[in-house]
Amino acid sequence: MHGYGLKTEFEAATGDVWPLNVGQVYTTLARLERDGMVSAETDADGQKIYQITDPGRDELARWFETPVPREVIPRQEMAIKLVFAMRSGVTDVTAVVQRQRVATVRALQDVTRLKADAEASGDTAWLLMLDALVFQAEAEARWLDMCEARLAREQVTAGLARRRAEIHHTGTRAAAADPAAVERSSE
Amino acid sequence: MTVLDIDRAGRAYGSGHLRVVALDDVSLRVSAGEFVAVMGPSGSGKSTLLRLAGGLDQPTSGRVLLAGRDLTVLDEAGLAQARRRQVGFVFQEANLLPTLTAAENVAIALELDGVRPKAAMTGARGLLESLGLGAAGGRFPAQLSGGEQQRVAIARAVAGGRPLLLADEPTGALDALTGETVMGLLRRRCETGCAVVLATHNIRHAAWADRVLFLNDGRLAGETGPPAGPECLLQTGRTR
Amino acid sequence: MSAPIDSAEATAAGQAPRPPIIELAAVEKTYRTPGSRGVPFPALRGVDLSIAAGEMVAVTGPSGSGKTTIINLIAGIDRPTAGTVTVNGSRLDQMTEEQLAVWRGRTIGIVFQFFQLMPTLTAIENATLPLDLARRGGLRERRATASRNLATVGLADLGDRLPTELSGGEQQRVAIARAMACQPPVLLGDEPTGNLDTHLARDMLGLLKSLNGSGTTVVYVTHDLALAEMASRIVSVRDGLITGDTARRP
Repeated sequence: MHGYGLKTEFEAATGDVWPLNVGQVYTTLARLERDGMVSAETDADGQKIYQITDPGRDELARWFETPVPREVIPRQEMAIKLVFAMRSGVTDVTAVVQRQRVATVRALQDVTRLKADAEASGDTAWLLMLDALVFQAEAEARWLDMCEARLAREQVTAGLARRRAEIHHTGTRAAAADPAAVERSSE
Repeated sequence: MTVLDIDRAGRAYGSGHLRVVALDDVSLRVSAGEFVAVMGPSGSGKSTLLRLAGGLDQPTSGRVLLAGRDLTVLDEAGLAQARRRQVGFVFQEANLLPTLTAAENVAIALELDGVRPKAAMTGARGLLESLGLGAAGGRFPAQLSGGEQQRVAIARAVAGGRPLLLADEPTGALDALTGETVMGLLRRRCETGCAVVLATHNIRHAAWADRVLFLNDGRLAGETGPPAGPECLLQTGRTR
Repeated sequence: MSAPIDSAEATAAGQAPRPPIIELAAVEKTYRTPGSRGVPFPALRGVDLSIAAGEMVAVTGPSGSGKTTIINLIAGIDRPTAGTVTVNGSRLDQMTEEQLAVWRGRTIGIVFQFFQLMPTLTAIENATLPLDLARRGGLRERRATASRNLATVGLADLGDRLPTELSGGEQQRVAIARAMACQPPVLLGDEPTGNLDTHLARDMLGLLKSLNGSGTTVVYVTHDLALAEMASRIVSVRDGLITGDTARRP
């Protein structure tokens, strides 16, 4: 198969969700050839045609059988946005969460429509892809719910702390003015 | 055509320092053929909103118009009539009549609309079939599982040709695949002109709707509009 | 009004024996639990039960004893695996589903532990439902009948309330008014007081007793012996068999 053919086939199979840079494809093919995973021939037009080798097939089988490692944590733009919104004193962090939630659900509405069409046409591989997007969106929405709950609890705690400080402050001043009153109002 | 018009409705309970506000200044307009989902945590006011929409409760402020009629000026008998004619309900509990079979439970909804018994039974069986309950029509609710009972309740709610369908967490007891079937059924009801309002905390189900509203603490906190359309898939602009 | 408890006593009293209104003869009911490994469960293992018109009978026993199965068989909601069930002269085991549905609407009123009212219908709408299904008369006539039934159970002014606006005891009374809508000769209760406190439970049974006094045959299941004792006859069930019956003579 030609390098460019590989690119178009990959993109067709994965619904164009991850478009490939053709230069990257050729670099990778060169490395695979160096490592003996693929072999190359030149055709009549001078184009390179690649083919998988037996060691390549073994490596492919190993890849199918090995679970994807989880140690590498991909950067989460939304989590970073929230952390820095809170640190930089953005007054309404909940609104940031809500805006993201609306966007997530909107995207999910798109995917759900596509899924309905895919069910009708019976394209299982495509459905698997769409399901991945659905469940990722759901995971993000659940995490946003958790963020909101934590923010709400923090506001309540901060509110209580403020109130206690007010009472203490008022109490201190009142005590200075009238020590007997402190006996009556102990809170 | 606007089927449901909730105009700055509020619902509060109690008074003074014991006053609880379940809903505050919420407006919602739903047209025929529209599927609207309402999301929010427990206590956000979703169920209250649905109860107001269906005339099961009256707002303490604002108005609710159902098929053009102002529910807030009706007495209890008037509300009962409006409910019966205009609204199909689905709740978390199936609320089936225990002395009627599954098919009969669905058929009465049609019979009460004036459909003749034989046609009602045929219609009922057809609906149950579409929900995977073709063999269960002759069974009684006590002989059905919770999920099966709920599907019968949904069949009953969609059976009459009422212009508004209100569903409050209808898929709580159902497995994921059956839940999807139910959403598909609600979607198809919309295509025949019914307006559907679904309260749910399940985001995958809410995504079936044309519009999703978010409630928090009795107030509207956000809303998605209709999806961008089949031409737009994520960032790549590709369709299959 | 007291009726002879069984034909033997009637004969002894010099009266022609009346056929029982409810008769279970050698009844067995075995359930197959769902799934491919369905182990058969024998709910009733050979039950003979004879109830005369106008009796008030309590059926007691531990959970799983088979008492609810007995009620379901009498109501025609379930069919025996063996034996015969005859109610008000009809052999239920020989009737088709359609025939049973019509028969049930005319003959049986039934009240359950959880009130089973439609939450989106008012009290009077709930009470009218069986009349709507039986297509008895016009709407106004049906409403009038339902209204009278609600008055009988002490809920005359609450007709327009929704179930959520009624107390537990009031909801159960609506359920009884609904059960009596078509004036059935037999009223069944499956733990009809199960969800109410003792005081309300006794009130409820008092209501059933007064309906019985007007001629309705009442059969109710209860696990509460104190409530069972409010009936004139107690049938005890255990492990799918009748183990006691206060009507029997030693």
